[in-house]
Amino acid sequence: MFRYTKGTFTREAVMLLVALVFIFPIYVLVNMALRPANDATSPLVPSLQPTFDNFAEAWNQAGLAQALLNSTIVTVTSVVLIVAISSMAAYPLARVMSKLSTTVFWIVLVGMMIPFQVALIPLYQTMRDLGLLGSLASLILFYTGSQVPFSVFLYTGFLRTLERDYEEAAALDGAGTFRTFLSIVFPLLRPITGTVIILNAITVWNDFLVPLLYLSGTPQQTVTVALYAFVGQFVSNWPVVFAGLVISVAPVLLVYFLMQRQIIKGFAGGLKG
Amino acid sequence: MTMVDIERSADAAVAPKSAARLDAPRRRFIGVAQSPSLLILAIPALIFYGFAVLVPSIRGAVLAFTNWDGLSQNYDFIGLDNFVRIFTSQSSLDALRMTLIFAIAVTVLQNGIGLLLALGVNSGLKSQNFLRVLFFAPVVITPVVVAYLWKFLLTPNGAVNTVLDAVGLGELAPSWLGDPFWAAGSVVMMIVWQHAGYSMVIYIAGLQSIPQEINEAAAVDGAGSWRRFWSVTWPLLAPATAINIMLTIIGGLKMFTEVFVLTAGGPGGSTETMSTLLYKSAFQFNEFGYGIALALVLAIVVVFFSVAQQRMSRKGN
Repeated sequence: MFRYTKGTFTREAVMLLVALVFIFPIYVLVNMALRPANDATSPLVPSLQPTFDNFAEAWNQAGLAQALLNSTIVTVTSVVLIVAISSMAAYPLARVMSKLSTTVFWIVLVGMMIPFQVALIPLYQTMRDLGLLGSLASLILFYTGSQVPFSVFLYTGFLRTLERDYEEAAALDGAGTFRTFLSIVFPLLRPITGTVIILNAITVWNDFLVPLLYLSGTPQQTVTVALYAFVGQFVSNWPVVFAGLVISVAPVLLVYFLMQRQIIKGFAGGLKG
Repeated sequence: MTMVDIERSADAAVAPKSAARLDAPRRRFIGVAQSPSLLILAIPALIFYGFAVLVPSIRGAVLAFTNWDGLSQNYDFIGLDNFVRIFTSQSSLDALRMTLIFAIAVTVLQNGIGLLLALGVNSGLKSQNFLRVLFFAPVVITPVVVAYLWKFLLTPNGAVNTVLDAVGLGELAPSWLGDPFWAAGSVVMMIVWQHAGYSMVIYIAGLQSIPQEINEAAAVDGAGSWRRFWSVTWPLLAPATAINIMLTIIGGLKMFTEVFVLTAGGPGGSTETMSTLLYKSAFQFNEFGYGIALALVLAIVVVFFSVAQQRMSRKGN
């Protein structure tokens, strides 16, 4: 049984007070989104006549349905591709000890140091020449490529801690390279694959600059860009704006609260690699 | 059986010889799983990486020495002009200075608060799981949403000033986003609110790896809790501190969305960073060459700080 002493009680009370300060912006966000547009009371007072009208208006005005769909398509496709190609690449890079293999590994890791802005501008021109500007494909291509270094880094780090017994047994049984990878190695990578999925999905879903550049001036929008355009238009109508913000952040927070254990572990564990 | 399989079985049978034949002689050959043909599996990743990062970065490094406007096919090489401009014009020097100030302020505050939260959450509370989940939640929230939220909180009649009024400090409330100092302070405050939970989680992992006995032994020797923290806990948290400093410095240097949405570099360009300046140069003023040069300087600053930090934390150990 947990029993409070004077010390633990004080500490608990202080921490809960800090938690209140922390949660305060979120409280204001939700409270504002629920109030009628003409309600002029302080943003701190809970709304007396909560309404969902703002949500309906934001949903329709900001084109959030399409934006949420686009963000989902981009995030899911990018993450699937990232997991597939990074795990596949990490297998030889962790196992083959040739000079070529080490060189390739370092070339990939250099990508973690380069700020992506250096590549973003020249790539903008390439995307334009390929006719991909304004398409979701341009985003998927960018995220998949730019997340390779970090993901390969996580996978190789994990693979180096794994014994080779299973792979060698499979190879002796005559399984091909790809077969061995798919049915032996990839399933063993499951824990780190979880981390790779979580970290990349959050990065891709939340990104703002790349869709701002590559989708600007087109009807295709992701959630972040849709919000940016929407707020520019409705800047004085904070309740509607806040409803839009709540809608766009709801999926992320829902996933977070459902999977908080894995997600926090993913963030903390991803670093130790 | 495919070609690859045959090659590999051959490898397995006459390992040393085939190893020498297929690759550099110095290669260490241990088991069947090491066949060099495995490297084929890296090709898809290399294609995507090459397309999105490597090739454009190399092209970027070249274009930084040109006056390319991003639209026309023609451009001239202008030597170091773009870089000379970065280190002589007031706007870019200010942006460079602001970028460094943001990175340092965020590093100190976010890690300080993250450590305090970790110590609090990890001190045997009943609500520790709940608190951990709550403090970490802002980390996953979309930065654009966070920035708009804070923009509202900090308006003259916004929630922050309302709270200050309510506790009788209304007189002290500055013009948060209208005053250069407080606009920068607001950006830092918002970033720290969003990411302190991240630093906390890493510090909690560090705290939990410290054996309980060490602290107990120190307590038996008569060390008070303050003394125990400085002589036992803090030194043992060095790896967590190193990771946290690395993350916050790099994040602080590259910061774009938060500044772009909250202050747009204002008021009067006072919160312009390298990232927002390079965005404006390239995409609003069509000075792509100059924009890429700014990105390159930022890249060098990031690499410099990463390496310096690694050196220092290695020395510390």
